Amino acid sequence: MHPVSPGTPRADEATVRRLEEIARRLRVDIVEMLAKAGSGHPGGSLSAIDMVVALYFQVLRHDPQNPGRPDRDRFVLSKGHGVPAVYACMAEAGYVSREELSTLRRLGSRLQGHPVSSFVLAPGVEACTGSLGQGLSVAQGMAIASKLDGEPFRVYCLLGDGEMQEGQVWEALMSAPKYRLDNLVAILDYNKAQIDGFVKDVMDIEPLREKLESFNWHVVTIDGHDIGAFLRAMEEAQATKGRPTFVIANTVKGKGVSFMEGVVDWHGVAPNAEQAARAIEELKRS
Amino acid sequence: MSVKKATRQAFGEALVRLGEERQDIVVLDADLAKSTKSELFGKKFPERFFEMGIQEANMLGTAAGLALCGKVPFACSFACFITGRYDQIRISVAYSEANVRIVGTHAGIAVGDDGYSQQGLEDIALMRALPTMAVIQPADDVETEAVVRYLADHEGPAYLRLTRQNVDRIHSEDYVFRFGRIETLRDGKDAVIFATGAQVAESLRAAEALAAEGISVRVVNVATLKPLDVEGVVEAARACGGKVITAEDHSVIGGLGSAVAECLAEHFPSRMLRIGVPDVFGESGSPADLYRKYGLDAEGIAKKVREFLR
Repeated sequence: MHPVSPGTPRADEATVRRLEEIARRLRVDIVEMLAKAGSGHPGGSLSAIDMVVALYFQVLRHDPQNPGRPDRDRFVLSKGHGVPAVYACMAEAGYVSREELSTLRRLGSRLQGHPVSSFVLAPGVEACTGSLGQGLSVAQGMAIASKLDGEPFRVYCLLGDGEMQEGQVWEALMSAPKYRLDNLVAILDYNKAQIDGFVKDVMDIEPLREKLESFNWHVVTIDGHDIGAFLRAMEEAQATKGRPTFVIANTVKGKGVSFMEGVVDWHGVAPNAEQAARAIEELKRS
Repeated sequence: MSVKKATRQAFGEALVRLGEERQDIVVLDADLAKSTKSELFGKKFPERFFEMGIQEANMLGTAAGLALCGKVPFACSFACFITGRYDQIRISVAYSEANVRIVGTHAGIAVGDDGYSQQGLEDIALMRALPTMAVIQPADDVETEAVVRYLADHEGPAYLRLTRQNVDRIHSEDYVFRFGRIETLRDGKDAVIFATGAQVAESLRAAEALAAEGISVRVVNVATLKPLDVEGVVEAARACGGKVITAEDHSVIGGLGSAVAECLAEHFPSRMLRIGVPDVFGESGSPADLYRKYGLDAEGIAKKVREFLR
């Protein structure tokens, strides 16, 4: 497919450095996009961007020159509020122009506040999400479709930690092993915070690894900002047969912007012009 | 009117025939396959049948994923349970433009003995409110077969509403289903009854009884509840002097009665009577007793039409 992504999780040093550099630039795009929009979710976009970049520019087989090809890998962003991370990747890959990023959340823009699947078949906007807890079921359906057709593609689903509180997520966690979906990978952006506070206080999801293992998933725990570790986890998922893989990725909310890191209030508030300038300066220095 | 069959049974049989012709047809059920009759497909094509357990929300999302990858999924449960997962239908199915066929059997109060919790009485209202959602309720087994065939190629999400109970066959075998069009089954000029589902056969019987008394009632089958055939509805209302009755086994709020009222209020204000389940919860009882109580059988419909025209 198109050279934008080799379509393999190989984790050599040059690859990791290349992806880190993309992620560093796209963090700036996220902050600029949200500041311009005046609303949105910086915390969960910045916690997810390293993994979304690694998927977009290394792991997934996809082709911006030919978005609809049926054998493309599928990526469902179940935590739909993190969509600025996907839009930044879409612009980098050429699915949309960089100029279009500044239309986020505006009337008439294709870049809606949460993902819509109707305008281009790009990874991350394969299905409409934003009502939390639904993405893993959709990804499961895609993985079953792939199995029925002789497995032309793999399916990835990025979840938020808050949405692990939704009952439907546990329905999908129960059913995917039944269908032996080893072509399905669930990734948890575990940044520990949701709108009303810290996940452990709002509604604790721990002990998570034990729950997932008892549901018969292959479970891998990583640092979600360590791109090398992420790629190795994807490699491990590809090598795991007979059951789906769940990657618990420990992340930091607002990662990369010192005054946002680990702060609950940056879940759903956009930076103002002064804050954005400060954030961008910091990101460019890093 | 000699053949009697539940439309869920006709659905299950039609699905098997469709599955033989089309490899892209897949079927999902949530532990009610014996009741929705999707098990007929499951037995014939186990590799394309997905028993999802009692997980309607997960089933709808899975169906959406299958549809987004080119399959034609029929996701089945009781009408109340499947449309009760509204958020999943709203976002994963409809908004995602996933061509899922949502199948709700056990429509209406005619579910009977099991009582309100199993009776789909608000499902048309819910589905009708969703952009792009087609809503179809066939009147008999022949029409059900035709609708299932139609749905194999319909663009967009669709809700198919089916009965638990047997209904009289009113169509001949060569019937052709026309999506989005009403069907005049009996001519008349004093009033028109727009009916859907089980109430179509009941309304035909009511019209026959009324004819014996010199009252001429047109009977129209509204199988496509959304998009409503606005032109056809207005034309029928005009031909019958603006005297309009609707009959359905559904709440009088949001169903066929509301759809026709919305249409006529804008295009041809008419005198209207909505026959359906009033704004109350359903209850246990035999289907016949319940239809008698709520005036949804031929006698009840005839009585209400008589009063309406007096």
